Amino acid sequence: MLPLSLRTDLEIARRGYQRYAAYPLATAAGAFTNIIFGLMRGSVLLALFADRQRIGAYDAAATITYVWLTQGLLNIVAIWGWQELALRVRTGDIATDLIRPIHPIRALLAAEYGRATYQLVFRGIPPVAVGVVAFHAALPSDALVWLAFFASLVLAVAVSFAFRMLYNLAAFWTTDTRGTMILALVVMTVFSGFTIPIQFFPPWLAAIAYATPFPAMVQTPVDIFVGATAGPPVLVALAGQLAWALAMLAASYGLFALGTRRLVVQGG
Amino acid sequence: MAELSDLLALYRRLIAARLRAQLQYRTSFALDSTGMLLISFIDFLAILVIFANVPQLAGWTLPEVALLFAITGLTFAFTDLAIGHLDLFPQLIRDGNFDLLLIRPRGTLFQLLTADFQVRRLGKAIGALAVLAYALANLRIDWDPGRIAMLLFIVPSGVVIFASIWVATICIAFWSVDAREVSNAFTYGGQFLGQFPINLYDRWLRRFLAYVVPIAFVAYFPALYILDKPDPIGLPEWLRFASPLVAVAATFVASAVWRIGVRHYQSAGG
Repeated sequence: MLPLSLRTDLEIARRGYQRYAAYPLATAAGAFTNIIFGLMRGSVLLALFADRQRIGAYDAAATITYVWLTQGLLNIVAIWGWQELALRVRTGDIATDLIRPIHPIRALLAAEYGRATYQLVFRGIPPVAVGVVAFHAALPSDALVWLAFFASLVLAVAVSFAFRMLYNLAAFWTTDTRGTMILALVVMTVFSGFTIPIQFFPPWLAAIAYATPFPAMVQTPVDIFVGATAGPPVLVALAGQLAWALAMLAASYGLFALGTRRLVVQGG
Repeated sequence: MAELSDLLALYRRLIAARLRAQLQYRTSFALDSTGMLLISFIDFLAILVIFANVPQLAGWTLPEVALLFAITGLTFAFTDLAIGHLDLFPQLIRDGNFDLLLIRPRGTLFQLLTADFQVRRLGKAIGALAVLAYALANLRIDWDPGRIAMLLFIVPSGVVIFASIWVATICIAFWSVDAREVSNAFTYGGQFLGQFPINLYDRWLRRFLAYVVPIAFVAYFPALYILDKPDPIGLPEWLRFASPLVAVAATFVASAVWRIGVRHYQSAGG
């Protein structure tokens, strides 16, 4: 028998899953859009290899896999951002969350893993399947690589979640959360390696990217999947992700505590 | 004709009211516009990174691709400004509030287009203008009246093409509100497609997204003319001048689809 708190987490995660499972047509429409973008991004990035064999650790085949895998990952790690918590702070609904016997961030994290599981199955697999069937995207053949990839994905969701928490919590200090969110989105899409592999960046820009937590959200799992990171460096990569996840989650708990101390809920 | 000028006057009044409302919050407005400017640079940054690795992409140089990017970006920014809020209309269908539009004495599309107007979206146009300046400064274009006229004409005809695509594809919401994201594949997808030379796309993708959905007429064909560049795919030269005609045709298709959609509309029960 699991302890009560873990059973609560699982129950919340299940609800997080069901919330998205309620709209199958929306999922299909989203997957369609992901696939169209995959076709276009694949054509553009493949054109780079007309006169070149490889860029960094990426050759044409790895780049195709990169494109279809990132199209599958973008919903799992919520590339386009998320502002539910910020809105709850702004409307004062956060007061209700504070009464509950579970910390709001923990509850949100549990729901996040439910959401991510749904997105993995229904938004992650379709683009990758199209890539494999129609464009020879390559799946890892080694079970250990799959294991490392899924571990990396679980951590990527945690890092992305913690980052979203941090900019959502800004709502405790400013009512203008949209500006913060747009800025966060821009930085995240570029430096996570989602738009273009970080290996393609000029060295100085790649150095900036690797100094941030963003590659841990997309580039790290993708590099493991395509084999650009292999052997012992995989463990280093996973440890890096874990460190970012823990540090940023701790920061969001701290920020939350600070924020609630100055929270003013209007009316009553 | 009197009806049209009446509509235009009403459009001006409603949009002016939205403008005044948004300028009340200057800091928010400035932050949002800057954000939009930055968003428009994400894709250009990707293009810069691509050209840091290769001197040419599918036979196009960086300034040439920058020209495609700028025309598409400018066109898309103005379209987004004028009708981007159409993306919110599926919500009206979901709550049955589309009924309200049907009983008012103006067209439904007109009412939706005047319902909002986010000036911050101009931020995207500023980014595209900067890239246009870069492209024009680095290209050796043989300017003659024809090329200047083309440069002036492509943005309005491109806006009409993009707007028609937007209207026609968002109509899917009349049949299924949940499926509305499909339209993003054509609107935002069209913006992505148009930023790059279409000869790098696979034949079927090109046929479907560049000719059937006429994105190639927004930037690609007009840019071939401005650059005096032979078409890598070898399509006929007259296509370079066809954008205004395509724009007119797209308008007819979009308004027909919209009318069919409205006729199909079933209010939310209750």
